[in-house]
Amino acid sequence: MPTTYDAIATQTLASSASSIIFSSIPSTYTDLRLTFSGARTGTGAYWVRFNNDSSVLYSQTVLYGDGASVSAGGQNNADLLEFSFFTTFNTIPIFTSIDLFSYSGSTNKTVLMDLAKDNNGSGYVGKYACLYRSTSAINRIDLIAPTNNFAIGCTATLYGIKNA
Amino acid sequence: MPSTYTLITGETLASAVASYTFSAIPSTFTDLVVRYSMRKSDTNNGPINVLVRFNGSAAANYSQTTMLGIYTTPISSRESNETRFLTYAVGGGSTLNTFSNNEIYIPNYAGSANKVASNFDSAENKSSTDFQWGVGARAYLRSVTAAITSITFDGNGDNLVSGSSFYLYGIKKS
Repeated sequence: MPTTYDAIATQTLASSASSIIFSSIPSTYTDLRLTFSGARTGTGAYWVRFNNDSSVLYSQTVLYGDGASVSAGGQNNADLLEFSFFTTFNTIPIFTSIDLFSYSGSTNKTVLMDLAKDNNGSGYVGKYACLYRSTSAINRIDLIAPTNNFAIGCTATLYGIKNA
Repeated sequence: MPSTYTLITGETLASAVASYTFSAIPSTFTDLVVRYSMRKSDTNNGPINVLVRFNGSAAANYSQTTMLGIYTTPISSRESNETRFLTYAVGGGSTLNTFSNNEIYIPNYAGSANKVASNFDSAENKSSTDFQWGVGARAYLRSVTAAITSITFDGNGDNLVSGSSFYLYGIKKS
């Protein structure tokens, strides 16, 4: 039976950084999954871009709960995807995952993102349906902390998934 | 390239138990994934809570943020300083031979930071006279730095019935 779930690369931060970048992603898989766990050096947003592309080709719909109510929202024609669309991040560790389907195909790219963030008295849980309107294969993923870095110890891993 | 998604252990219950525990979890993986399916012995119709604990501890250091769709109205809630996490099983009063579908993902379970995890639950029931369903996502935090070596699913006074299944996978980053 062939291996269907490979760790392509992993990065654990030895010093804080404003971004974590996976580049030169091979096109030999069917889908990609990127997991991230860790905290920030201070309060800030959390962005995602593909292929280092800041064109307004991104859109997302978000369903989230903040411990008090469930809400939904979204954005169109954006230049990035945001985990931080309705929340910010701080020194409390979080877990996120990004699933990219048919990332090397010639259609627009559909993406699912999950966020789990609890802080014993506050928190946020979110599900994100995303679209990157580019028919180019995805060969680079940037996780971006625009203010206050990803902290030491943050770990991100990119997995490749094969259908066969 | 080594296999990165490995079945550590698991089983489908042949008889009812009050709780189910993965013990002696090796520290050789990076992340853990638990995929499980449950039904309880109670008489409730629809989704019903099961308790989740790490390392057998009932200390008040569990917290969770929850987003649930139950029946018709979505809700979000928060619990702090609790003695357990919650997850859904199908209640024993639900349609026969119906079980929940669940997952818990635990990154960096053997590390020295507090333990974060995500949970997804679905429990569906449809009979000729009633339907009760639930779908949920939760953010878990256990404010303890010790490595996770066991995970327990506790029926909270009721049994987890035969046919419930629990499978633990380890994920390696390299």
